Amino acid sequence: MSGAPRVPASLIGLAGFFAVWEVASRTDLVPGYYLRPPSVVLPTMVRLLGDVEFVRAVLATLVATLLALVIAVLIAVPAGLVLGSVPPVRRAVMTLVEFLRPIPSVALIPLALLTFGTGPDTKVTLAVYGALWPILFNTMYALDEVDPLHVETARAFGTSRLGLLRRVALPSAAPFVLTGVRLSFAIALAVVISTELFSGGTIGLGQVVNTASGGGFNMDTVLAGTVLAGLIGFGANAGLEWLHRRAFGWTQPRGGAE
Amino acid sequence: MNMLEVDGLGHTYKGKDGLHTAIDGLNFTVGAGELVCVVGPSGCGKSTLLRTIAGLIRPSRGTVSLHGNRVDGVPPDLAVVFQDYSRSLFPWLSVTRNVEFPLRSLSRTEREQRAAEALAAVGLAGAGRKYPWQLSGGMQQRVAIARALAYRPSLLLMDEPFASVDAQTRFELEDLLLRIRREQDTTVLLVTHDIDESVYLGDRVLVLSKSPATVVADLDVPLGPVRDQITTRAGEEFVELRAKVAGLLQGGPVTVR
Repeated sequence: MSGAPRVPASLIGLAGFFAVWEVASRTDLVPGYYLRPPSVVLPTMVRLLGDVEFVRAVLATLVATLLALVIAVLIAVPAGLVLGSVPPVRRAVMTLVEFLRPIPSVALIPLALLTFGTGPDTKVTLAVYGALWPILFNTMYALDEVDPLHVETARAFGTSRLGLLRRVALPSAAPFVLTGVRLSFAIALAVVISTELFSGGTIGLGQVVNTASGGGFNMDTVLAGTVLAGLIGFGANAGLEWLHRRAFGWTQPRGGAE
Repeated sequence: MNMLEVDGLGHTYKGKDGLHTAIDGLNFTVGAGELVCVVGPSGCGKSTLLRTIAGLIRPSRGTVSLHGNRVDGVPPDLAVVFQDYSRSLFPWLSVTRNVEFPLRSLSRTEREQRAAEALAAVGLAGAGRKYPWQLSGGMQQRVAIARALAYRPSLLLMDEPFASVDAQTRFELEDLLLRIRREQDTTVLLVTHDIDESVYLGDRVLVLSKSPATVVADLDVPLGPVRDQITTRAGEEFVELRAKVAGLLQGGPVTVR
């Protein structure tokens, strides 16, 4: 047994990042007054997590993100199934999709604020918009990848068109859909926080950051909120990856028993 | 009684570079309880033939009838075992669920019972909870056979079913098929490019020509229902028949001394 604690390889990059940040803010590389070092920011974050108001803001952001993700799944998975399996619809709609997709959600914030007001509707709507695309595209292209022999096998056993979609296409596409959800979580979180930053009224992590940034006196809170957003994204990604391995173990190449 | 009647069957694909006729003017029948092997040079349209019989492809010409009913769409009492077991089994389903896949219309208990019986028949009684990727190639093909058996088809179609397993496993699976059709009286049409296999398994061997495939010969295989990998293959009748089939495949009938 070695005495030194072992750092998991996956955390080396993160540790390195914090080290560079610490050095950068302690030397004159950047104005240290604004870029507070992690040795100040991290304790601030821990302290804030004991603060009810702050936790409430974080929860509001999380709930909005998850809600947006659920709505995005409910829209994008059926839409992806239709686009992936009905070529005429795909041909008719793809130009529109390719036009809408590159529009950044944040560019729609002013319009959405005027339309939906400063309540949570706005951030959820915008996050749904941003989160739709990876799920939609992954579902749609996953259907292109369904093994034709799986389809033929099911057809030979008398499976109907709808049965093919439900019993063959959907299970084959499921791992890709979950990958889409994983990508979309980060997008939804970013859009929710960005919208909160813009619209002062709505409670959330973005609003905390926005309020604290006024005048530049509270940069440790600003950075603590930012780092926390990163940690939430990191945690969600790890959780979804774990779920992927649990639910779709069959997609990983493994040796047979031979 | 004829289980399967193929009459004037032909199919032409429309491709980018013109028309391609895969099979043409095929005529043959398969009696109830028979095991008929179709052997032909590779690329001669064997798979097209099998897919038209299965109702997966609508033929350009001619008809297929299954116990008197003309095939138009996928018949309800027909099962297919494909060559590529790794792509034909559903990887997200356990072995039992794979075998139960075609049995949607049955009650849960009946499904479970049929799956258990079929898995026992192929010697995989204990493997139901495993997933396909946990099994060897030969075992995966046994699962595919069990799935077809559980469906209790009037006609079992097999498309080069043993072409992707090693020689030892192939012998085991061939004997498994012979045992099952003896026990269950299944009617089987098996497509292969392996001359020895066609003679070893078949009650009859249909020899196809190069593409577009037509039936060149329809040979009886008088080797009896019980066969043995070593003694049958060494027997005079077997050797003569395989030479005859080989000759026919090379083009034109030959006389063996």
